Amino acid sequence: MTVGDISTLLVWGAMTAFTVGFLVYTADLARIAEAASRASRLPVGEREPVEVGAALSGAAATRPAATAGVGGTGAAPVASGSRRAEGISRSTTYLGVLLLLAGIVARGIAAGRWPTANMYEFTLVGAFVAVTVLAVVQSKRYIPFLGVVVHGIAVLALALALLVFYVQADAVQPALQSYWLVLHVGVAISATGVFTVAFAAAALQVLKDARENGRSRLDAPWQRFDGVRAGLQRWRVTGPAWEWLRSVPSARELEALSFRLNSIGFVLWTFTLIGGAIWAEHAWGRYWGWDPKEVGTFIAWVVYAAYLHARTTRGWSGRRAAYFVFAGYAVVLANFTVINLFVTGKHSYSGL
Amino acid sequence: MSETETGEPQRYTPEGIDDAFAGDTPVLPQLGPVGWLRWAWRQLSSMRVALLLLMLLAVVAVPGSVFPQRPQFPEKVAQYLLDHPTLGPVLDRVGMFDVYTSIWFSATYLLLFISLVGCILPRTKSHLRALRAKPPRTPRRFDRFPAQGSAASGATPEAVVRAAASTLRGPYRRLPRFRTDVRDEGHGTWSVSAERGYLRETGNLVFHLALVGLLVSVATGQLLHYRGQTILVEGHGFANAQTDYDTFESGAAFDPATLVPFTLGLDRFTSRFDPRTLQSRAFLAEVTLAEPGKAARATTIKVNHPLTAGGAKVYLQGNGYAPDVVVRDAAGKIAFSGAVPFLPQDTVYTSNGVIKVPDVSGGQAQIGLVGSLLPTAQQVSPTIWRSIDPEPNDPVLVLAVWSGNLGLDTGVPQNVYTLDDARMTQSVGADGTPVTLRIRPGETVELPDGLGTLEFRALPRFVALDLRYDPALAFVLTFALAALAGLATSLFTPRRRVWVRATPDATDPRRTLVTAAALARGDDIALPTEIDRVLAALPDRLDERDDAPTPDTEPDTEPDPEAHSRTALDPLDPEEAQS
Repeated sequence: MTVGDISTLLVWGAMTAFTVGFLVYTADLARIAEAASRASRLPVGEREPVEVGAALSGAAATRPAATAGVGGTGAAPVASGSRRAEGISRSTTYLGVLLLLAGIVARGIAAGRWPTANMYEFTLVGAFVAVTVLAVVQSKRYIPFLGVVVHGIAVLALALALLVFYVQADAVQPALQSYWLVLHVGVAISATGVFTVAFAAAALQVLKDARENGRSRLDAPWQRFDGVRAGLQRWRVTGPAWEWLRSVPSARELEALSFRLNSIGFVLWTFTLIGGAIWAEHAWGRYWGWDPKEVGTFIAWVVYAAYLHARTTRGWSGRRAAYFVFAGYAVVLANFTVINLFVTGKHSYSGL
Repeated sequence: MSETETGEPQRYTPEGIDDAFAGDTPVLPQLGPVGWLRWAWRQLSSMRVALLLLMLLAVVAVPGSVFPQRPQFPEKVAQYLLDHPTLGPVLDRVGMFDVYTSIWFSATYLLLFISLVGCILPRTKSHLRALRAKPPRTPRRFDRFPAQGSAASGATPEAVVRAAASTLRGPYRRLPRFRTDVRDEGHGTWSVSAERGYLRETGNLVFHLALVGLLVSVATGQLLHYRGQTILVEGHGFANAQTDYDTFESGAAFDPATLVPFTLGLDRFTSRFDPRTLQSRAFLAEVTLAEPGKAARATTIKVNHPLTAGGAKVYLQGNGYAPDVVVRDAAGKIAFSGAVPFLPQDTVYTSNGVIKVPDVSGGQAQIGLVGSLLPTAQQVSPTIWRSIDPEPNDPVLVLAVWSGNLGLDTGVPQNVYTLDDARMTQSVGADGTPVTLRIRPGETVELPDGLGTLEFRALPRFVALDLRYDPALAFVLTFALAALAGLATSLFTPRRRVWVRATPDATDPRRTLVTAAALARGDDIALPTEIDRVLAALPDRLDERDDAPTPDTEPDTEPDPEAHSRTALDPLDPEEAQS
């Protein structure tokens, strides 16, 4: 068994761990939803704990500052995740991160270089960064929904990597033999990982915002497609299926979390652009040439820049700003998958 | 000691941020050209329009990655036009095949930059003013602020406030954490107002100004640059003159007389390929560079390691084989002798090229030899040969023979890698099939139809070199790094205001009541710790009594309550409102 095979096995192990984590997070979320909906059916007097947990910002105002940042776990035992589920999902996250790290290191040893040269390796490291950022966020505040989204994306990404993107560990062509392979690609991957968690936070923010405002797109008639609307009725965000949203932090706090992560991601992305331009100047003889990948990176940068501006524009902040995060993350993903696989350019390093 | 208050939970628009030019009711100017211009300028420099232009920029950049672009892939554009005879020309008309120089793309980013300048300049002015101003006065009431705290002390109000100010300033006199302003409010009450995070706005301005600098440097580089490409065979050299390049393009302001006349000779080219996957692993060009006024020196050019010569950079962009051949005509005279570059088509270096022999003696027809070079040839079937390795293990030149008029003197420029067969006929054998010559290095073969002989002498390598000169590179890099630094500073520097007020306790003259409040731009989880830090460092601290007055019931000592309640509601200045 070669080092490359060991690396592949470790990645399979990591994917299994993330799958377990994903299932536990989902089960926990379902349990919270059930508990919350049961609690909401109770007489008003007995509902107190849930409501306190729901309006976490309100709860924070009445609690000392020291515990304000910790989250709803202490204030709302009914509606937040169970200790056991929290423990299992945490440990599977850590186990998966360790397995994946070992797999990435083994891959680097097998190839005899820094392991960020093709789509397979890019996906491994990207999933690693995303779950690591998740672990950091979760260590401060346990939010099962973030776990579900990030673990789900990580499992999908690793499956795609192992089944579609996989290439044998090998040395690289002369154009890739540069320390910029570590800096430029490494930072691009980290940015993608950070954007992934920020995207999950923004998605949760939009759901929570709709719930807080008691507003659902399914409330108003859809004209010709009203039949579809009736079918989707039980999934409306104000309904019992989304009861668990009571246990997550307020939309305002989620917006702040998403903004912090997106700021970090944006700075990393800016560095990716600049580092890429410096490398292109060395390798290709021009710092900018409108290569499809350069265009994609540029568009994502502009969309995230628009997000930062929207946040500070009256009428565009909050919920609407989150839509920019969705657009930006979609561009980041398309820039990785579509551009690598279907468009020919100078960045065609997928090895497929 | 301190408490946090997040305010209304439903609203989470960032606080303290106001779009000055995008109010609910647009104020229409008095009609008149100046008024309209001012109105247009205000619109253009407003945040809303900047946001619109940013989104527009993202959208108009998309077609460039959907359709093939002429500067990068001219042959794909030609193919697209062939495949789409009706749609293609329409797309071409609106610039879809050259998006990034099209009018609409240029208009979008130029408008964006004008909008950027329009809001950065006034902001720079007001920021410079703010840098010299004192922190805003302590508001009368603290109860509206997101972070508050209170304490009691045995020291006098003045001592308490001075101690708080010194804590806020931090240990470095030259580099204070907070800028502070201590004030005697009368009736024995003292207060300090403090502000930090001016770097936030500074970084923001640096970022935006650096973007303008970046655009200007890129444009300057475009005006002054030159770029040339040449193919250089082992043992040959070239001089840095416009005529020596195969292709040469330069900016409008470039003066060809400024070309530094250095010469570059290719001594040797080596390559290494992975024996299993046949992927390239290393390319190395060993060259001799002779710059004017300097001794010639041997050096190397590698991918990722360009050579600097005469202020320009020389890149190794490609390589291949250039069979060295001698063609003798029917009279036995040497009609052609030299190395002819064959362009590699795939990973095993199946290379295509043409040997054109115009200078034949007597009235003989001109000769054209068209075909491929197979670095490691393998016979697949009686008539089909292919290359199985990029290394020259068993090179074979496979050629078809044409004779007639090469058309080199028609005045129409020709591609050296293709044969214009309009006035040529192909040689055929006795059975009517075209003649195919297969020849290995060192061999000589007879050309059909008594045209002469072909000798394959050796197989030198060639390199494709790319020379580029851009005097603005250093500026482009500097502005890009300044933008990155400014961006990181503006995003990660917290901007906070802290106020501390000390009042003598009306019931116990030896006691001083201390209240504090803090405000931040946007969400700032560390805001309460700022107050904790200040209160923890108070001199002669006493326990707070339960009956101690809360900030809300604090005696009104302010002469102008109106002005201060407004200060409390109008948090930090509307800096991020624009751009």
